[in-house]
Amino acid sequence: MRARAEIRHDGAVNTNTALVVLGSFLACGVEMVEALTIVLGVGIVRGWRSTLIGVGVATVVLAAIVAALGPALRVIPIGTLRFVVGALLLAFGLQWLRKAILRSSGYMPLHDEDAAFRREREQAAAAGHEQKAGLDWYAFTVSFKGVLLEGLEVVFIVITFGSAQKSYGLAAAGAAAALVVVVAAGVLARGPLERVPENTIKYAVGLLLTSFGCFWGAEGAGVDWPGDELSLLAVLAFLGAFSLLFVRLLRRRRRHTLAPAEAPA
Amino acid sequence: MKYIRSFALFWWNFVVGDDWRVALGLAVALGLTYLLTHNGVNAWWLLPVAIVLLLAGSLWRETRNAP
Repeated sequence: MRARAEIRHDGAVNTNTALVVLGSFLACGVEMVEALTIVLGVGIVRGWRSTLIGVGVATVVLAAIVAALGPALRVIPIGTLRFVVGALLLAFGLQWLRKAILRSSGYMPLHDEDAAFRREREQAAAAGHEQKAGLDWYAFTVSFKGVLLEGLEVVFIVITFGSAQKSYGLAAAGAAAALVVVVAAGVLARGPLERVPENTIKYAVGLLLTSFGCFWGAEGAGVDWPGDELSLLAVLAFLGAFSLLFVRLLRRRRRHTLAPAEAPA
Repeated sequence: MKYIRSFALFWWNFVVGDDWRVALGLAVALGLTYLLTHNGVNAWWLLPVAIVLLLAGSLWRETRNAP
């Protein structure tokens, strides 16, 4: 009986580990696709030297943030860390989930990487040619800001996932795999990755972040989950079922609202 | 000053986002969970239910006047 419980517990831990890697991979992948769109748009129009220097400097700044925050988080007690991380993941994840539901039900337009790429190119072409420190300042600052802001979200996800599950390596591995896949796809496509099912990925990420946030936040608050680690899957299923129900209800409501306006006179 | 404001705005958008009521509701739900569990009630059910209710409320607010 005890052996079976241990096997079940190990199975749940493995499932949670897989979910940490998957969550980190998908969340970081989406952010990296957005950063890639900015870098490609600027690099193609303004040239690659200043753009890539901007990417490099942003990467160094991000590495410094990870180096500073990572060890600092290790000294915080795991209960407190899970409470804070859970609260942040909940707030952050619920935003993703909410927007993904609104997009799936037609209340919000889908994010269009191709349109974003065209907009980025137009702005890059229209901007003036200011030189600073031997760099095309526009190309440098736009690629720096784009990579830094999208990268901060990646860092946040990796650090929160890694710290709460005490597995920085796994969360970082998920992010590294996403980086390899996105950069390789960008090089092969030589353009924005417009065929990425971005809303579906964001939906899955929103669900994962919210479920992890709920699980760790409650555990950090002192909750003893029935079924221990297995309850994470139950939370995921519970929130997933309700989110799909919301999509269905909103789609139906939207159809009813639009129907009279679209009906022929 | 401009950079501090941009930095603060980034974190506000990142954590709180479009609907501050959801963030506030989550803080209250987490606080209640903490209080209940430290007073002998294992309130594991509170947070999942609160998330569903907060999400439903936020979606309703966002879509009620939409075309």
